[in-house]
Amino acid sequence: MRAASLSPSFATLYPEIRPLMTADHIPRYNAPALVADGLATTRGGRRVFEGLSFTVSSGELLYLRGPNGSGKSTLLRLIAGYGKAHAGSLMFGDSDWTEASPAFDGAMIYAGHENALKPVLTLRENAAAYTGVMTGQAPDDARLMAGAALFGLTTLLDRPARFFSSGQKHRANLLRFTLLDRPLWLMDEPTVGLDAANRDVLADLMKRHLKAGGMIIAATHDPIGVEGRELALDDFSPKVVIDEDWL
Amino acid sequence: MSGGVNTSAIFRAIFMRDVRLAWSQGGTGTMALSFFLIAVTLFPFGVGPEPQTLARIAAGVIWVVALLACLLSLDRLYQADYEDGSLDDLALSPLGLTGVAAAKILAHWVATILPLVALSPILGMLMNLDAGAYGMLVLSLLVGTPALSLIGSVGAALTVSVRRGGVLMSLLVLPLYVPTLIFGVGAIDAAAGMTDPLPHLAFLGAVTLVALVIGPIASAAALKLSLE
Repeated sequence: MRAASLSPSFATLYPEIRPLMTADHIPRYNAPALVADGLATTRGGRRVFEGLSFTVSSGELLYLRGPNGSGKSTLLRLIAGYGKAHAGSLMFGDSDWTEASPAFDGAMIYAGHENALKPVLTLRENAAAYTGVMTGQAPDDARLMAGAALFGLTTLLDRPARFFSSGQKHRANLLRFTLLDRPLWLMDEPTVGLDAANRDVLADLMKRHLKAGGMIIAATHDPIGVEGRELALDDFSPKVVIDEDWL
Repeated sequence: MSGGVNTSAIFRAIFMRDVRLAWSQGGTGTMALSFFLIAVTLFPFGVGPEPQTLARIAAGVIWVVALLACLLSLDRLYQADYEDGSLDDLALSPLGLTGVAAAKILAHWVATILPLVALSPILGMLMNLDAGAYGMLVLSLLVGTPALSLIGSVGAALTVSVRRGGVLMSLLVLPLYVPTLIFGVGAIDAAAGMTDPLPHLAFLGAVTLVALVIGPIASAAALKLSLE
């Protein structure tokens, strides 16, 4: 892909979108910390982790580490409100996310394993569908262009997503982080299928988000090159294995 | 984060997204409409071209086929979003899952069912429907079919994570379609037989209103289960 190889120096190649990337266009987040205390959850009747506590404050990156099946995705989905914690609490400022869905706070961007792209829609339409679901608005055009240039997707903006390669689909999924200003980013395996250049672009994007006061929780096996704390999920695997009662 | 959330804009965005998807390549809109036209057309071949026979069964055939066309398209209502991961995004919408379900149900009805209703008089002609019953055919479909989308949405949400869940969904949903079918056909037959169709229409409307209250809430609850 021609555009992909241009990505690292896109600002010089696309001077017209450069202003977006300067300091005065970077959002300033003033978000409360995300505090988990004694979280436990089960999946398929099996306890995945328990007694899980952590705090992520403004400007912090938390890596979730652990072998397959240790509950990294489960924890991310729990934070995003896609499941219920069986014990413990999860607070985002005054909002209790163990009780109410975090959706109503409009504070996070979640990117999971699936790319959430509609094959028949173009990338531009897919982006509009995403921001439409979240805010009711189409994305700002200059911003979409800047984000697409960042991930080398400029030439793909008006092509239906069914023609994308799997790497392109994944980058198209990551595009969402450039479209909205939300303090909390949840990233599930963000580097899978990314080439080295795009990995650097992603690292750069994450660094800027942290600098702006954002928070990131990322589950990944690969080194991304952004400094962050690590949470080893193995430390919270159940001490005594008990068969949970089936609900 | 930006203070007030524009829920009506989000509702509109989700509605437009689904209408667009229904009428894009491989969408359910064209599929349900062609099924409706072809399936009704088969009946004169099957039962023979006697005008009296056709007129007698016209209302029932059109309603049953409309119901099956609806069922056929409901299969993918949430499953497509579940499979490609966009259901995760919908669940994070500040509109809330109940609102999201309502927007998707409305989009399904407008994009998939409304074209069937609009074309039903042509099929009435094909089935030799009594001349006095055309108005009631359209009216009863207009009043009754929203219940099909609303009830069907609950079934679609319950079976969203089930592979080949379409059959299971039919088993769940079809019995619940019976009241709508009875009163819908009853209203048309009453109009054709020069009796008062209003009681039938009133019951038809009542079923739709009950479904309107329960449908989005039950769908949202079922979707929440599938997200875990």
